[in-house]
Amino acid sequence: MKRVITGNQAVAYGVILSRVDVISAYPITPQTTIVEELSELIANGRLNTRFLKVESEHSAMAALIGAATGGVRCFTATSSHGLAYMHEMLHWASGARLPIVLVNVNRAIGPPWNIWSDQSDSLSQRDTGWIQLYCENNQEVLDTILQAYRVAESVKLPVMVVLDAYVLSHTSEPVEIPTMEEVDAFLPAYCPDYPIDIQEPMAFSVITTPEYFLEFRYKIQKAMEEVPEVAKKVNDEFRSRFGRGYAAIERYGEGEAEVLLVTSGTVTSTSRTVVQKLKGNGTKIGGMKIKRFRPFPFEEIYEEIRGVRKLAVIDRNLSAGVGGIFAQELKASLYSREERPEIFSFISGLGGRDITPNLIEEAIQYTVEHPRPEEEILWLGLKK
Amino acid sequence: MRKMEIPLSENLGHGHLACAGCGAAVSMRLTLKALGEKTVMVFPASCWSIVPGFWPYSSFRIPVIHAGFVTGGATASGVRAALDVRGDHESVVTVWAGDGGTFDIGLQALSGAAERNEDFIYICNDNEGYMNTGTQRSSATPLFAWTTTTPVMQPKENPKKDIMAIMADHHIPYAATATIAYPEDLLRKIDKAKRIRGTRFIHLLSPCPPGWRIPSELTIKISRLAVRSRVFPLYEIENGNTYTLQEESHVVPVKEYLKMQGRFSHLSDSEVEVIQKNVERSWERLLKKAEA
Repeated sequence: MKRVITGNQAVAYGVILSRVDVISAYPITPQTTIVEELSELIANGRLNTRFLKVESEHSAMAALIGAATGGVRCFTATSSHGLAYMHEMLHWASGARLPIVLVNVNRAIGPPWNIWSDQSDSLSQRDTGWIQLYCENNQEVLDTILQAYRVAESVKLPVMVVLDAYVLSHTSEPVEIPTMEEVDAFLPAYCPDYPIDIQEPMAFSVITTPEYFLEFRYKIQKAMEEVPEVAKKVNDEFRSRFGRGYAAIERYGEGEAEVLLVTSGTVTSTSRTVVQKLKGNGTKIGGMKIKRFRPFPFEEIYEEIRGVRKLAVIDRNLSAGVGGIFAQELKASLYSREERPEIFSFISGLGGRDITPNLIEEAIQYTVEHPRPEEEILWLGLKK
Repeated sequence: MRKMEIPLSENLGHGHLACAGCGAAVSMRLTLKALGEKTVMVFPASCWSIVPGFWPYSSFRIPVIHAGFVTGGATASGVRAALDVRGDHESVVTVWAGDGGTFDIGLQALSGAAERNEDFIYICNDNEGYMNTGTQRSSATPLFAWTTTTPVMQPKENPKKDIMAIMADHHIPYAATATIAYPEDLLRKIDKAKRIRGTRFIHLLSPCPPGWRIPSELTIKISRLAVRSRVFPLYEIENGNTYTLQEESHVVPVKEYLKMQGRFSHLSDSEVEVIQKNVERSWERLLKKAEA
C-alpha cells in the first residue's frame, strides 16, 4: 500500500511493523509527532505495546535498558538536546550489548536555540558504540527501521536511525508500506540469548576489573566489525523481499568520476539533481552517499573511490576546532591508503539553512578549479 | 510487636564485599528474606555496585541489574514493563538505591516513576552520605554532621531532606521507614509492600561504620537509638495520607544517639540542643499527621 506520509509517520509505521514491545520516550521538537502518532495508535488498540511516558530522555533510555535486559524489543525517538541528555545511557546501552533502536531527528544543539536540521547532535554521539544510519527519504526511514532491528539483534548492538528535521520529519512523500505479514517474514520475533530469568539468576553489567574490561570493549569492536557483512546480508534479503535496498555507500552520477561529491541525509537528494545537471560539462562529476556512519564503511569507501582525484565533502555539522565530521573521518580513513584523493571539506546548512542546488554547484566548481583546498574548512553560503 | 517467622532462605550469599559491621548488609539479608526468590533487583550506583562482587562473580541468588546512578526509577520501570510483556506479573521488581541515588541525583527518575505509579518497590538504603566514594555529604546527611566535604570547621549547614514527605505527596500506595534494629518490623513492611501493587517506597536507615565513625559492633545499637531518640521514627504512609506510627516506648534524648558517633563528636551543647528541638518539632508534625 502506498501512502503519502511524513518522515515521522514513516517512523511510526516502522515501529508498528517491527512489533516493538516497549517504547519509552520524552517529547522534543521535531520528534514530537512520532510519539504523538504512537500514543494514538496504542490508544486505538492498533498497537499492543507498552509506552512509558517518562520524565526525561535520560530516563527514556534508562527504562529501555531495563526493558531490553528483560528481553523485549525496544524503541525510542529523540532529537538534539534530548539525545545529548541521553549521552550517558547511550554508552550504557552499547556496553550492555542491548539491541535498542533509536530514531534521532537531526536538529541543531543550542544555544542559540534552533530547532532545524543539523547533524551535530547525532555526530556528537559517534563514540558511544551505536551503529548510525542516515536516511535520505521517508521510504528509506521506514525500511531502515525494519532492517535496524535485524542488524541490532544479530550483532547485539544498538542502532540509531537518523533523519533530517523538517526536510523529512515534517515533509510528506509517497511511501510504500509493507504488510504486517511481509514484515513478519522478514523480521522474526526477538529471541534474546540472556534475558532476566528468575529460574536462572544472573547479574547484569557487573563491575569489572582492569583484568577484563579491555576484553569487553574488544568484543564491542569485533561486533562492530561484523556489521558490514551482517547489514549487507540483511539488505540483500530486504531487497529480494521488497524490491528496495540501501547500501552503506551509494555511488551515483558518472562512473569514471574525477570529482566525487560526498553527502549524507537529504542533502544527497539535492546533490543527485546537481550531479545530473552537470553531466557532460567537462569534468566528470559523481556523487557518493554515506548511509552508514558507524561502523565507518572503510572497505566500501575504498572500493568506491578508485580513480577519483578529489572528494568534495559537504558536512551539515561542525566539530569546532576541527571542522566537518564526515570530512575528518574520510581523511582519517584514507591516511594509510596509497590512493588518497584530495579532500575538500565544505560546511553548510548548519541550524537548518537550506543547502541549495546553487551552493552545491559552488562547492563542485571550487573543487574542480582548485588542485587542493586553499583552506582547511570551506564555508558555503557564509555571511561575512 | 507480634512474633513472626523469619524465612530461613538466604539470597545474599557468602563472599560479598561489604565492610565489617555494614548496616546495609544486614538490611539486605533481611530484605531478601522477605522478598523471596521471585525478585529482580536493580542497583543504581552505590556501595551495591561493588558489594555483590566483581565480574564474573555475584553473591546474589536472584537476578540483579546494575544501572546508572540517576536511573533507579527509570530502569525499574523498564524491567517491570518487560516482565509484564513476557506475562510475568508475579516477580517483584525492587530498586535498591543509596541516599545519593534517591535524595539527590536519582530524585527526578524516582519522582517520574512514582507519578506514573510504576509497579515496583523502591528501597532507599540511607547511610546519610556518599559513603562508597569516601563519605561526602548528600542531602540526606543530617544537620551539623561531619563528612569529607563538610569538615568540622564547617559542618553540614542544612537539615536532612524529608524524603518521606516528598514520597507521600506523590500519593503512592505505600511508604514506610525501617531500620535493622527492628527486624520484625522491617520484614513485615517489606512483606506488606510486596502484597501491594504500584510504587512502594521503603526508607531504610543503615548505619555505616566508616562513614559515621562508629565501631563496627555498634551498628544495631545505633540503629535502635536512631528510633528511640526519634531521629528516625518508624511509620507507614498509605496513599499519601494515612499515617501509622510504630511508637517506641523507650525514648532517649538525641544526645544518646549523637555521642556514639564520631561524625558528631565536634558538636557543642548548643548544637545538640538545636538538633533536639528539630527532632521534637518533626515528631510533633508526624504525630499531627498520624492523628489526622
